Amino acid sequence: MRILVVGGGIAGQAVCEAIRERDPDAAITMLCAEPRAPYDRVRLSYLLAGEGTLEDLRLRPDEWYTDRRVDVRLGAPAAALDPDTGICTLDSGELIEFDRVVLATGSDALMPPIPGIELPGVFAFRGPEDCEQIVAGAASAKRAAVIGGGLLGLEAARGLAGHDCPVSVVHLMGRLMERQLDDGAATLLRPAMEELGVEVLLERSTEAIIGNGRVSGLRFVGGEELECDLVVVSIGIRANMTLARGAGLECERGIVVDDSMRTSHASVLAVGECAQHRGIVYGIVAPIHEQAAVAAQTLLGHASAYEGSVMSAKLKVMGIDLVTVGAAEGAGAAVVADDDAGVYRKLVIEDGRAAGAVLLGDTRGHELLLLAVKERREVGDPLALLAEASAATAADLPDSAQVCNCNGVCKGEILAAVRDAGLRTPQEATATTRAGAGCGSCKPLVAEIVRLETGDTADAPTYLCPCRRQTREELAAVMREQGLESVSELTAACGAGRDCGACKPGLAYLVSEVCGNRHREERHARYINDRVHANIQNDGTFSVIPRIRGGVTSAAELRRIADVADKYDVPMVKITGGQRIDLLGITKENLPRVWEDLDMPSGHAYAKAVRTVKTCVGTDFCRFGLGDAIGVGIELERRMEGLYTPHKVKAAVTGCPRNCAEAYVKDIGVVAIEGGWEIYIGGAAGSRVRKGDVLTTVETGEQAIAVALTFLQHYRENADYLERTYDYVERAGLELVQAAVLDEQSGEPARLRERYEIARAAADPDPWRERRDLVSPRQFAELDTEPADLDLVALATGPPQGAER
Amino acid sequence: MIGTTHVGSAADVPMLEGRAATVDGRRIAVFRLDDGFAAVDHACPHAGGPLSDGIVAAGCVTCPLHGLRFDLYTGVAANGDARVAVHEVVERNGELYVRLAAVEMRPAA
Repeated sequence: MRILVVGGGIAGQAVCEAIRERDPDAAITMLCAEPRAPYDRVRLSYLLAGEGTLEDLRLRPDEWYTDRRVDVRLGAPAAALDPDTGICTLDSGELIEFDRVVLATGSDALMPPIPGIELPGVFAFRGPEDCEQIVAGAASAKRAAVIGGGLLGLEAARGLAGHDCPVSVVHLMGRLMERQLDDGAATLLRPAMEELGVEVLLERSTEAIIGNGRVSGLRFVGGEELECDLVVVSIGIRANMTLARGAGLECERGIVVDDSMRTSHASVLAVGECAQHRGIVYGIVAPIHEQAAVAAQTLLGHASAYEGSVMSAKLKVMGIDLVTVGAAEGAGAAVVADDDAGVYRKLVIEDGRAAGAVLLGDTRGHELLLLAVKERREVGDPLALLAEASAATAADLPDSAQVCNCNGVCKGEILAAVRDAGLRTPQEATATTRAGAGCGSCKPLVAEIVRLETGDTADAPTYLCPCRRQTREELAAVMREQGLESVSELTAACGAGRDCGACKPGLAYLVSEVCGNRHREERHARYINDRVHANIQNDGTFSVIPRIRGGVTSAAELRRIADVADKYDVPMVKITGGQRIDLLGITKENLPRVWEDLDMPSGHAYAKAVRTVKTCVGTDFCRFGLGDAIGVGIELERRMEGLYTPHKVKAAVTGCPRNCAEAYVKDIGVVAIEGGWEIYIGGAAGSRVRKGDVLTTVETGEQAIAVALTFLQHYRENADYLERTYDYVERAGLELVQAAVLDEQSGEPARLRERYEIARAAADPDPWRERRDLVSPRQFAELDTEPADLDLVALATGPPQGAER
Repeated sequence: MIGTTHVGSAADVPMLEGRAATVDGRRIAVFRLDDGFAAVDHACPHAGGPLSDGIVAAGCVTCPLHGLRFDLYTGVAANGDARVAVHEVVERNGELYVRLAAVEMRPAA
């Protein structure tokens, strides 16, 4: 059978997946109007907020389509469809024959027919191009206005506020998100939005967008005006029915489908935001997966019925937790609210049955409530159900409870995947089931479910020594109580590190940190890299990266590096991502000689330590530079170098928000802005990509360095071993970190700085000096051998000979 | 009978560390444990990792490349299907002597 899927959005993708899961042979062609493979439109707001790239939003990699023989046509909108002859005409004129066709044409943004809607500076919020233009506009806009205070409008507003662009949300109704929220929740949501820097204007009907050649403001009914030079319109969507209408299909607010997802023509189906089922056009993602599954069954000749979905929505605005399910108001309701904490939890009851829920500020147990509403469960005591939901853990959820609404994955599927494929980690579960691969808000629950199946206890602490089940805190306490100064003493005191030895490098770090680097160093507790101060490679040779502060070097240094490369026949000389130079393939024996010839200090590129501070040229040469990135970067590197850390620490200082030094994705990033510096923490651009959080903004480079060092010390003292800053900041919470690093009245920042100074004073800025001052006679060398005439049997005290005998 | 080889002094191998040596053309790793010395083949059968560079604890060494852990008395891996040859080593008057195991170990599949 030849199946044509028209539309390359979430719905089109879901249909392809649902068909392929059930039939390995059907020929599937997918037409994507946009010039790109299907992406997760639900997460467009992340793009707007600068928290990811379009590539991150992609639903499946190219291999997925080739492996599953799905013929994807990019940039190939359909122009006409003839269901009777089974021919689809593309814009390009190409004809595609099909036996069945599924319309997944989605929706367009609704643009109100008001004067000025066509002015430059007015955007819809619907595609990546919109995001790009909005972000570009936000950089110079004095004020942005978002017309529409629904889910998308609020996400757009938050995204704009994140770009430091003053923003107003203009809403027609008397409360935000009036379709999903009741008065109580909307009343709390408004101040929460305002706290994020979003002005909320309610009961404003935009009469015209004004401007001479470019938008300059909004005029509301009644004459009031709002000055703004960027407008984002997000008042709703309209099903895209052009193709369906042309094909003579019955259309109302959407393409009318029956319970089998068939349109008025038996060989045409419709799924997603373009479809109207029992009078409802769903503008949310969750029903898509249910519809796609039914559509696939219908296509393959199996009876199946879609009976509608419970509306459920989640606001994807960082700092606001909001989930709504079903109806926000009804005949009866139970409400638990804490105005001060901004928490509002409501369960709506209709005819004695669960009919809806609104959870703001505390969304625990929303999966349970969604299930209760779906099942229209009889609820005798609504308050008790709310309380039960608050306390619900993953174990309490039935297998049928939907965990990931973006990809329609139930708890039972995750458990089965973990069991059948022997998965161990939440990351593996996400890769296998796609639960958590959408907006990501269910990731903690996915992790909990994986732990349920793997048997790890849900709140198992992170053990520094797993063999002896000892945490970092416990071991630090033992050290302090007994005044211990080495790993051996710690092992003797409580056994940590005695069994498998894997935690010894972690213990070594702990010992050095607690003692402010005045510990007794024991190399047996160190990984080989830290015994010979170079990074071991897969062939047992080492890589050598000298320190090149801020990425600034000189002709003389480069000449020495070149000479070393020649003299030692270095197989590869490589520029690193951290603006340094890597000499690869050095034997251990040659390390001291190479260091001597280089005559440059160690770059600590082999250690869990401060690595490098990347810089851009800043004000030195760049015509856009706002701050002295090189000066601040070199000084920051100088003050951090030699300090060991729970995991590696990468930093960058960049001279303007163009971010050439990639400071947004470093553990510590310093960004010059007009009149000051921003300090970002917890950024990542490795296996995970995460934009750092703004720790604070300061006026001078020296202040920026001070804040960065205070944070560094806080991280050194509080993170678990091998926990990167981005994991630590997420675990601890930005607020806690800010309080510890910035609240001078508490005295903690001053104490952190003092302990930093103490640790720094005793840190070794250049371990490569051990080339002249070996810590053991054969630190870098092999043992010398010579034949001996000796009767070993007579002396035998050593271990038995080879076990195979 | 295979001969005995002097492989430097005991002081050359720090407590709970290993050092490489070449004996009769064979690369071995010599370790100092809490209660004496041990010697095994140098290359991890998994991917050739240098075992002398591994972390030592509880009479075992962990390969620095991918973490296979070998018992230094039996040569058997604790966390995988692999083993390394174990050689005789003794200390006398602060000097170390090694006699190679006669049998070459099969590399792991």
